[in-house]
Amino acid sequence: MAIELIAGAIKAIVILLLVLNLSAVLLWFERKGSALIQDRVGANRAAVFGIGKKLGLPNLGFQNTLMADPLKLFTKEDFVPEGADKFLHALGPFLALFPVLIAFAVVPFGDSIVIAGHTIQLQAASINAAALYILATIGVGVYGVALGGWASNNRWALLGGVRATAQMISYEIAMGLAIIALIITYGTLDLQEIVHQQGGVWFGWLPRWGIFLQPVAFIMLLTAGMAESKRVPFDLPEGESELIAGYFVEYSGGKQAAFMLTDFAEVVLAAVLLTLFFFGGWQIPWLYHGGFYLGSHHLLLPRVVVVIMGVIAFWVKVLLLCWLQLLIRWTLPRFRYDQLMHLGWKGLVPLGLLNVLITAFVVVMVSGAAH
Amino acid sequence: MPPALFIFLAVVAILSSLGVVIQRNPVHCLLALIMTLISIGALFVALDAVAVGFLQIIVYVGAIMVLFLFVIWLLNLQTEEAPAGNLALKFFATIAVAAMAAELFAIVSKSRTALGAQTVTSGYGSIDSLAQTLFGQYLMAFETTSILLLVAVIGAVAVARRALPDRPRTAPTEGRPT
Repeated sequence: MAIELIAGAIKAIVILLLVLNLSAVLLWFERKGSALIQDRVGANRAAVFGIGKKLGLPNLGFQNTLMADPLKLFTKEDFVPEGADKFLHALGPFLALFPVLIAFAVVPFGDSIVIAGHTIQLQAASINAAALYILATIGVGVYGVALGGWASNNRWALLGGVRATAQMISYEIAMGLAIIALIITYGTLDLQEIVHQQGGVWFGWLPRWGIFLQPVAFIMLLTAGMAESKRVPFDLPEGESELIAGYFVEYSGGKQAAFMLTDFAEVVLAAVLLTLFFFGGWQIPWLYHGGFYLGSHHLLLPRVVVVIMGVIAFWVKVLLLCWLQLLIRWTLPRFRYDQLMHLGWKGLVPLGLLNVLITAFVVVMVSGAAH
Repeated sequence: MPPALFIFLAVVAILSSLGVVIQRNPVHCLLALIMTLISIGALFVALDAVAVGFLQIIVYVGAIMVLFLFVIWLLNLQTEEAPAGNLALKFFATIAVAAMAAELFAIVSKSRTALGAQTVTSGYGSIDSLAQTLFGQYLMAFETTSILLLVAVIGAVAVARRALPDRPRTAPTEGRPT
C-alpha cells in the first residue's frame, strides 16, 4: 500500500513537471522556430553576463525564453481593471489551466514495471474510463476563458470569451465523435489497454498503429485538438487585429502567463492524445518484452531498457506531434469566423458521424465473421 | 467509498448548492451550480458508477451550463438588488420550506430501516453493464427517447427558421433619380 501511494505521488509529479517543462520548451520553439520559418532572427538578446558571446557561441534564445520572459512575467504588476469582477478575474486563468493539467493524470507514458514485487503502471491514475475522463476535463476547461473574458469588464475581452466558448464547444463535439470511433475500434476506454492493443505487427512488418485503422479520425482529432488550443489557424478568440488579444486582454503578469501556459498545455494534450490513439503510445515498432524482433532477426534487450526506451519513445512522438502543430500554426493564415463554424459543424461533425457509422458497421462485420 | 470522502463531497455539494440560491450575481450562482454538478459527478465516480459520473460532467458541466452562461450573457442579467419583499410572501415561504424540510427528514429517517443496505456486484456501474442495460433491457425506451429528442431538435429548428414573408415590392421607378 505504502509503495503504491509513493509511486502514485511520484508518477503524478513526474507527469506534471514533464508537461510544464515541455510547455516551456514549446515556448522556446515557438519563438525561435517561427523565426526560422519566417526568415527572421528571433529572440537573441538576453545573455547572462554575455558569456555566450565572449565564447563566440550563437545565441539560441534560451535565456530569453526560459529565464528572461518568465522573470518579466512574474515580476509585472498584477493589473485588475476597474469595474471587473475581482474574484472571477483572479479565478479565470486557474479555471483554464487546472482542467488541462489534471487531464494528464490518466495518460500512460510507459509500460508497467515491477518494483519489489509490486506491478506499477506508468500512468498516474488508472481509470478504466480514461477516454471519458479526458473529455470531461476538456469540457470543464471552457469556463476559464469564458469567465475570464466576462469578468474583465471589457467588451473585447467579452467578445473573445464568447468566441472562445462557442469555438471550443463546437469542436468538442467533433473531438468526441472522433474518440467514439476510436473506442469502437479498440473496444475499450482504458488508454493503457488501447496502447497495448497497438503492439505487434500486421503482415510481419507494419506496426499495428491506430492511424492505419482510423485515418479519418486522426485528421479530425488533429483539427479539433488544434481548435481547442485556440491558436492559428483557429485563434479567432485572440484575434489581435480585431479584439487586441481577446479574452486575456485585461490580464497581465502571472495570470496572462497562466493563459499562455494553458494554450501550450493544450497543444501537448492534443499531441499526447494523438500519440496514444494513433501512434502506439509508448510502443516502439518491432520492440517486444524481450527485445527487437523483425522477421527472422532479433536483438535481445533487458526489460528495464525496453521500458525506458518506451518512455523515451512516447515523449519523442509527443514532441514530434507538437512540432507538427506549431508548423501548421506558422504556415496557415487565420480562418474567418463563418469558415471556422462551417468547418466544425458542416465539415467535421457529419464526417465524424459517418466515420462512427462505418466503423461500427465494419467492427460488427469483423467480429461477426470471427464467431 | 471511504466515509471521509463521502462527507467531503456531500458538504461541497450542499455548500455550493446553497451558493446557487444565496448569491446575488447570476454568474457567481452559475459557478456554484457547476461546482455542485462536479461534486455530484465525483460522488457517482466514487460509488463505482464511473461512466455515469463522467457523462454527468461532460453533458451538464461541459454543455448545458455553457448554454446557461450564454443565456445569462444574452439577457444581460445584472446583480440583483435586495428585493422590496412582500412580508406575507416571505412568511408563507418560510412555512412551506419548513414543512418540506420536516417531510424530507421524516422520509430519510425512515429509509434506513425500509430500504436497508444492499451489496451490489462488482462492475455494477461499469460502462459494460450500463450499455447492457441501456441497449438490452431498455432498448425500446432508449430509442424512443432519442427519437423524442430528435423531434424536439427539428421542431426547434423549424420554429426558428420560419420563412420570411415576401417583401412588398415597390415600383422601381418611384423616387429614383433618372
